[in-house]
Amino acid sequence: MEIRIQDITKRFAGFQALNGVDLDIADGELIALLGPSGSGKTTLLRIIAGLEFADAGRVLFGAEDMAARAVRERNVGFVFQHYALFKHMSVRDNVSFGLRMRPRRTRPAPAAIEARAEELLELVQLGGLGERYPHQLSGGQRQRVALARALAIEPRVLLLDEPFGALDAKVRKDLRRWLRELHQRIGTTTIFVTHDQEEALELADRVVIMNHGRIEQAGSVNEVYEHPASPFVFEFLGNTNILPASATGRELHIAGADRPLATDQIHPAGPLAVYVRPADLRVAEEGAHGIGVTVTAVQRTGALVRAEVRVDEGGETLSVELPHLHHDTARFVPGARLRLRLQLFSVYPDGATARAPATGGDALGVAATRERSRDYSIGA
Amino acid sequence: MSSTLTIATGTAASQRSAITEATWVRRALIALALAFLAAFLLLPLAAVFTEALRNGLGTYLEALTDPDALAAIRLTLIAAAIAVPANLVFGVAAAWAIAKHEFRGKTFLTTLIDLPFSVSPVVAGLIYVLMFGASGWARPLIDSVDLQIIFAVPGIVLATIFVTFPFVARELIPLMQEQGTDSEQVALSLGASGWQTFWHVTLPNVRWGLLYGVLLCNARAMGEFGAVSVVSGHIRGETNTMPLHVEILYNEYNFAAAFAVASLLALLALVTLAIKSFLEARHGAELARSHGH
Repeated sequence: MEIRIQDITKRFAGFQALNGVDLDIADGELIALLGPSGSGKTTLLRIIAGLEFADAGRVLFGAEDMAARAVRERNVGFVFQHYALFKHMSVRDNVSFGLRMRPRRTRPAPAAIEARAEELLELVQLGGLGERYPHQLSGGQRQRVALARALAIEPRVLLLDEPFGALDAKVRKDLRRWLRELHQRIGTTTIFVTHDQEEALELADRVVIMNHGRIEQAGSVNEVYEHPASPFVFEFLGNTNILPASATGRELHIAGADRPLATDQIHPAGPLAVYVRPADLRVAEEGAHGIGVTVTAVQRTGALVRAEVRVDEGGETLSVELPHLHHDTARFVPGARLRLRLQLFSVYPDGATARAPATGGDALGVAATRERSRDYSIGA
Repeated sequence: MSSTLTIATGTAASQRSAITEATWVRRALIALALAFLAAFLLLPLAAVFTEALRNGLGTYLEALTDPDALAAIRLTLIAAAIAVPANLVFGVAAAWAIAKHEFRGKTFLTTLIDLPFSVSPVVAGLIYVLMFGASGWARPLIDSVDLQIIFAVPGIVLATIFVTFPFVARELIPLMQEQGTDSEQVALSLGASGWQTFWHVTLPNVRWGLLYGVLLCNARAMGEFGAVSVVSGHIRGETNTMPLHVEILYNEYNFAAAFAVASLLALLALVTLAIKSFLEARHGAELARSHGH
């Protein structure tokens, strides 16, 4: 089912939960609504389900406007964060609930319902556990019962609220992979809410990053990670170093660098901020140009070596990550003076993060440039 | 080194005594509590049964099979049989409305449900006398249908319903609030109607709490004295409930018979207590949410 969300606005007492959200979801897509708590992602999911109604805007399933449709008429499969299994019913009764509650004329025969429930339990790998009660299951099993129960009604869209939030790390990883496979098999349009960027990037076809009731960016995993549209997106998707900078023409002056960096684009005059991930910083060759820093601390975390460094001019603290087998890790010695170069970075107007949430304007309008490695010496 | 050790042990020992009392204090407190319970609860209970059986089992049974006593028992059972189901329905409806829905005047309704607890039962009885009595303002209405309310069974039932109204609702509201509305929302999203959701999801989730509330409601309905006394008129064999019958017998110095009927009420209390304890032991987790105790 193709879903279109048009200019949705929702206000709770004293709190703007959604502020003009537009989103088109293609049939069969697996989409993640990603954002911090309070960003409006769960509210959006509940509005799609019909558990909440928007103050303004439209939700369309295909060509059908859902405004007048209550949740029970929408035929959506909604899985709650804590599953909300019917604890007084066996697993099988939980799964068959939606079919058993149908009006007599559309209700399948009891034997058919039984068979369907068993089939769904097989699908979620819980065959033979139909007689159990929810309290006799592990967290991961409960999650799958909730999913089977939602799938029993052959929903037009599957909506999952923080589907793995209540599970421990190991189970979460397994279930993620399993859900991905399940989605490929059944092909139901699926929207899930998460605040875990890793989960969103790993599972979804497309990630919608939300902040303060707006969509900051919607795009494929590669798009949002490689071309973050705003400082918020950049920061939300991983560790971030921020360097103050300014530009003249095609030259970028980064605080602490011994010479300007040549760039492909003309940046606006005025203060800029250069955003770079710790893993996208490299140690420059001996005698090469770059940002002069002093190593203050070194930390080994498994396959990565992370150095905390202080920019000699300006005193900003940065973090640099190298794979543990990289030859430059030998130069990570507290007190050592190094020069750093940027492999991949984004440039935003300074203060873009401080943009007031409700002042309007297109989130994508924040002038962002994303650039590949440039050696300081080339610009010289 | 050794001095450090001594200090450490000393601290631990003083901490141990800091959070508990000396043995004699504890024993004294326990003894005091037991003595209090014995004097005010166990002794009277024992007294009821001893007094009832003082003149032998024959007198005891005779007092219970007396036509007036039987009429009182029957009336009490009738009043409870009407009041308890009525409050079951009202209580569940009120709890469902308050716990699962948002509407204007919700706080007011919650306060209203508690009203019978805060009003003296005698006043509750008087309200009905003022309404339906000889010069009551609802009198013309009553006369038009030729229905006797005050000094008759309907009045007793009304007073009983009023006094026992809060029990079921009070039991269910915290329980339902604690359970939230996720289950209901799931049921609706799966296509269930409002009624199906209530019947298959909401109600089964609170069934033990409901039974508990009904039990307390029933105990009060059968034992209510004040409100019923005002509206009953004390007509022997007609408008006397068991508690009223006990009072009449007692005032007539017919102690053995009074205690015999009283022993039935005491027995009811004991049975209620037993079922209550059983429910608490069996479904404690569910019930504990709605009770501090």
